Amino acid sequence: MDEIDRAIINSLQESFPICDRPYQAAAEQFGISEEALIQRLQRMLERKQLSRFGPLYHAERLGGGLSLCAMSVPGAEFEQVAEQVNAFPEVAHNYAREHKLNMWFVLATETPERIDSVLAEIEEATGHQVYNMPKREEFFVGLKFEV
Amino acid sequence: MVLSEADRKVVAEIQGGLPLSSRPYAEVGERIGMHEQEVIQRITRMQDEDIIKRMGIVVRHRELGYTANAMVVWDVPDHRLDEVGEKLGSEECVTLCYQRPRHLPEWPYNLFSMIHGRDRQRVLNYIDSIVESRGLEAIPFKVLFSGRRFKQRGARYQ
Repeated sequence: MDEIDRAIINSLQESFPICDRPYQAAAEQFGISEEALIQRLQRMLERKQLSRFGPLYHAERLGGGLSLCAMSVPGAEFEQVAEQVNAFPEVAHNYAREHKLNMWFVLATETPERIDSVLAEIEEATGHQVYNMPKREEFFVGLKFEV
Repeated sequence: MVLSEADRKVVAEIQGGLPLSSRPYAEVGERIGMHEQEVIQRITRMQDEDIIKRMGIVVRHRELGYTANAMVVWDVPDHRLDEVGEKLGSEECVTLCYQRPRHLPEWPYNLFSMIHGRDRQRVLNYIDSIVESRGLEAIPFKVLFSGRRFKQRGARYQ
């Protein structure tokens, strides 16, 4: 990753043009061609430095449900339960964390009502209680990683 | 702010990523039978209405060196929630700050913040400095570093 890649990551995490030739419009600020920008993005995606290149949706405004959920899973069962949980397409990501509540995942559903039914299905499939922790108030969201 | 069928087609078509080609919005339009300019208009409108928070890069933070990923949770008395939430939210290294429900007695924490750093010690030092500089000594908190990542992808919409 060189200086231009870093500049691309820092800048295109904030915005990307919406016009006929957006890569050409964006490439100018890095002093490279449209084709070079596309190639660099392709390479960073292939190296898995980028998760994706596209839209970041506001789940609730799209009419969907979103929640953070946690479970307390005994160590011996952890792998199996992780597989069961991740098999649900509504599970957007899932991290192990160091606490009695040791499995934390985000649910994104097509409707807000689906959150409760998916939670019940996960409890049924795994035999463990799921703690539902939906957002109540947002003080800050600005997830951006400078490189 | 109601999404039409046509909006939903656009949402579903680009959710996995924008085509990496010279005219990406034209390519999207071809796939769903819509003119390039209409795709552009719909995406612009959804971005103005904050249905699309932004277009662009979504990083894999671990691969970029942010390997210490801490969820710092705080047990804030209700009367101090707005004050503490705003203080934490204005810290440069805090990337998210939300109020969420407690689950007593197992889970007394009602304010969640995410702090990402390049190693754990730096993240811990940073938290100490926030507590001291922001006058949060009386607020119990816990740091939950992440272990393995089992899944990371965006939400899916149809």
